[in-house]
Amino acid sequence: MTAQSTLTPQRDGAPEPSGGSVRPRRAHRGQARTAALYLTPAGIVLVSVMAYPLYQLVQLSLYEYGQAQASGGAPLEFLGLGNYTQLLGDPRFWMVLLNTCGFAAVCVAGSLAVGITLAVLASRVRQLPRALLFLAALGAWATPAVAGSTVWLFLFDQDFGLVNEVLTGIGLTGMEGFSWTYDRFVAFALVAGEVIWCSFPFVMVTMYAGIKAIPEEMVEAASLDGASTWRTARSVLLPMLRPLLVIATIQSIIWDFKIFTQIYVMTDGGGVAGQNLVLNVYAYQEAFAGSNYGLGSAIGVVMTALLLLITVIYLRVQRGTGENA
Amino acid sequence: MTTATRTAPTTGRRRKQLFRRPGRTLAEITTVLVAAVVAFPLYWMLLTAFKPRGQIQSTDPRPWTLSPTLENFRRVFTVNDFGRYFLNSLLVAGVVVVVSLVVSFLAAVALTRFRFRGRTVLLVMILTAQMVPVEALTIPLFFLMRSVGEVAPWFGLNHLGSLVLVHLAFSLPFAIWMLRGFVAAVPAELEEAATLDGASRFRFTWQVLFPLVAPGLVAMSVLSFIHAWNDFLFAKTFIISATENQTLPLAVLVFFKPTGNDWGAIMAGSTLMTIPVLVFFVLVQRHLVSGIAGAVKE
Repeated sequence: MTAQSTLTPQRDGAPEPSGGSVRPRRAHRGQARTAALYLTPAGIVLVSVMAYPLYQLVQLSLYEYGQAQASGGAPLEFLGLGNYTQLLGDPRFWMVLLNTCGFAAVCVAGSLAVGITLAVLASRVRQLPRALLFLAALGAWATPAVAGSTVWLFLFDQDFGLVNEVLTGIGLTGMEGFSWTYDRFVAFALVAGEVIWCSFPFVMVTMYAGIKAIPEEMVEAASLDGASTWRTARSVLLPMLRPLLVIATIQSIIWDFKIFTQIYVMTDGGGVAGQNLVLNVYAYQEAFAGSNYGLGSAIGVVMTALLLLITVIYLRVQRGTGENA
Repeated sequence: MTTATRTAPTTGRRRKQLFRRPGRTLAEITTVLVAAVVAFPLYWMLLTAFKPRGQIQSTDPRPWTLSPTLENFRRVFTVNDFGRYFLNSLLVAGVVVVVSLVVSFLAAVALTRFRFRGRTVLLVMILTAQMVPVEALTIPLFFLMRSVGEVAPWFGLNHLGSLVLVHLAFSLPFAIWMLRGFVAAVPAELEEAATLDGASRFRFTWQVLFPLVAPGLVAMSVLSFIHAWNDFLFAKTFIISATENQTLPLAVLVFFKPTGNDWGAIMAGSTLMTIPVLVFFVLVQRHLVSGIAGAVKE
């Protein structure tokens, strides 16, 4: 199997261009049948475990659906947009929404900044330091979210954490016994640190591959023409890296907007009095701790809609600047 | 703008190279330092897992230990049945990888090597499916699994089958999208040659195409494995009362206690949870990087 995979396809392919591009009609129908057969397993899974639940999510959000309804003890009560008006009228929802957007923005910006900087750095050093960096980054990337969260929590532990000890050691005596999860913003910063730590490697690896794919002569030609490093980066490298950058950004937005594990584990389910709730944790708590499945579903719908909106806007803006440049 | 301000480009370049030397050394030192910082949490986790209790619950933590011990690991395996949870996690992730490998490969072949009506629509749907925040589906999926459990208990709530189902579904869109690029890269002439040699389409698919897209399959498998292995939300939601069917992420959290966290056990558990993924990742990193870059360039 591995031996075959190293074969160069070109060598094996018979030189017969345009041979099979025009096929008789019957072959076409046969193709459609085989294709349908090949697509069936994926289709069944995706429709039943993704499309149908998505439909159900919207459906549930329109009903009063609590403990009584879930156990079949009470009839369903159609609320229409009732759950949504309740949600939009709740100051807590707006706080959670603000939390989510701010937190995601910091995480996305952080992972992009760190990832791109390190990709550029990695492209300028010899193999050994680069291999070390990649190994460390792969380690952070591979660490399960729960494991990463627990380690960061321990490093920043109030009593036994290394960070507080080091900070106290260098003279910041105020840091002795400092709780990193008590204040709202400090707690968010701590979680953001963990999230950036485990998500910048994706950006780094992607951007590094992109930088490597740029022919060296191009950069050389630019510098021969007298372009400064900054000018080369902006006018030569950036346009070539733009498609990858778009993908890395969208991927990061999608990931960071729906963070659950890190917030749940590190702030113990949403922080002191729910100060660190984000939409995902909020929906979970409403549904499974508060038995408000209908309201929880409405939060889920809002989150899905927002995520799609952000992605579309981002793509629009990107395409716009791409045309102007 | 590009006027010849530099009269002697060759000397300019030589000077630049001369200056680049110390610059590169600085860059390399920075790189190694950054690598150390990035790797540090992992080192700290490993170290704590092997530290005796007295050195962990200490207000004066040291970045080394002279008396490594296995007592944390022993506690993890005896107090909490970690061996079982480890196997549970392995089972879920393993089944997800094998099934999604076959299913997404078939779908990718259908979407790239065949022409039929509605193909573009399907492609767009798969692309959109990747954007669906699956975490938002927790609530309907909870009720879906509850009803499934009435018909097929193995795939219902409190059973590992429910986790397999959801992770399979969540890994498919990206896997199909990723493999599509790899399948498309195999030239059509190859298929014609195989057909001329008398190979059926089935044989071509499994004996020629499948091995040729191996790098994509490896990258895809790693990503779906990690996805299923790391999951916390669905394990927490679906496995409510059957503690024997828990997976690793939940088992670790047992050692967080209001009376004081057992950091030694938490770190030992986290280490056990991290090592398989880490080994897997490092072993296939070459394939992974090229695989992701290949998919991303699409």
